Amino acid sequence: MMLYLRLFYEFFKAGLFAIGGGMATIPFLYDMADATGWFTYNDLANMIAVGESTPGPVGVNMATYVGYVTGQSAAGIPGAILGAVIATLGLVTPSIIIILIIAAFLKSFRDNRYVDSAFYGLRPASTGLIVAAGLSVAVSNLFFTDTLAQGLSLAVLNWKGWILAVILWVLTNKVKKTKGLHPIIFILASAVVGVVFSM
Amino acid sequence: MNMLLDLFLTFAKVGVMTFGGGYAMLPILQRELVENKHWAAEEELVDYFAIGQCTPGVIAVNTATFVGQKFKGIVGGIVATLGVVFPSLVIISLLAGVISAFSHLQWVQHAFGGIRICVCILICNAVVKLYKKAVVDKITLVVFLLVALGAYFLSVSPVLFVVLSAVIGIAVKNWGVRK
Repeated sequence: MMLYLRLFYEFFKAGLFAIGGGMATIPFLYDMADATGWFTYNDLANMIAVGESTPGPVGVNMATYVGYVTGQSAAGIPGAILGAVIATLGLVTPSIIIILIIAAFLKSFRDNRYVDSAFYGLRPASTGLIVAAGLSVAVSNLFFTDTLAQGLSLAVLNWKGWILAVILWVLTNKVKKTKGLHPIIFILASAVVGVVFSM
Repeated sequence: MNMLLDLFLTFAKVGVMTFGGGYAMLPILQRELVENKHWAAEEELVDYFAIGQCTPGVIAVNTATFVGQKFKGIVGGIVATLGVVFPSLVIISLLAGVISAFSHLQWVQHAFGGIRICVCILICNAVVKLYKKAVVDKITLVVFLLVALGAYFLSVSPVLFVVLSAVIGIAVKNWGVRK
């Protein structure tokens, strides 16, 4: 019971403070990984990939997935379903409350200079938070962090990962034909590369 | 058809057809809400979307709540929101079950090894886009750098950074702190 309350509380917090769409949820999920130990950084990267490659808003998908995995480790499949429902409801509850309040005085909200100026500060902060979370994913995937403990050497570098990362960056930013493709295509291609090259 | 049921089903359809969220959703909402259902005018939708972006939470959810409450008050807002998340719940639960059943296989682990690298690049690309909109002058650059470094090296809750940066934004814009 405590686990589900905690799950609701953690996602309520994410729903309340994650501003600017799906990716903004990620820093809160990292914080959750640190604070609760429910999942590892690697689990989380898998959850992000699944959230990006399935229908539905990314933030909602990730909440459902985290809730499912967390509930499953506590109480099997019924626990997993309950966890998925509770995490998702936790995420959307603050939105519902806030939007219902705003809808009551829609016009004055948009023209309010305090709202506008708060977002002047919030946008760069939200971007900074995503950078920090992104760095954690990158470090744990591009370096073998357990080898790092034994001292600095070239063995620390996940060189296959670096090569794939550079190729993906070029394909998503520089090559005209591929840069507009949906992320799911790159995710699937990376899965195939991962299997072929034992990553 | 019962209006509440209609709200639930329409937003469930939007949930299924949304892939990736954010801006990708706008054309789908346009087709369903403006053209098919005539539930909102084009300008209204843009308003909902703008507010959805500058309020906490997922944009798709915020828009659903808005439209639902317009027609059926608080209950409508809640029903439309449940509609938009319903497909995610079903699809992700099924998929998570499949993944956890096969996750011990070597090749599945290799596949996710490749996928995680891709996730790094996707986050990197998303950050570049957000950065261009968010960092517009020296003050926003300082906020961005401090939050990025602070969040990476200190173990404090992101909530702290969100609240502080909102206060900084209001202070700078309204009480004449010099740029």
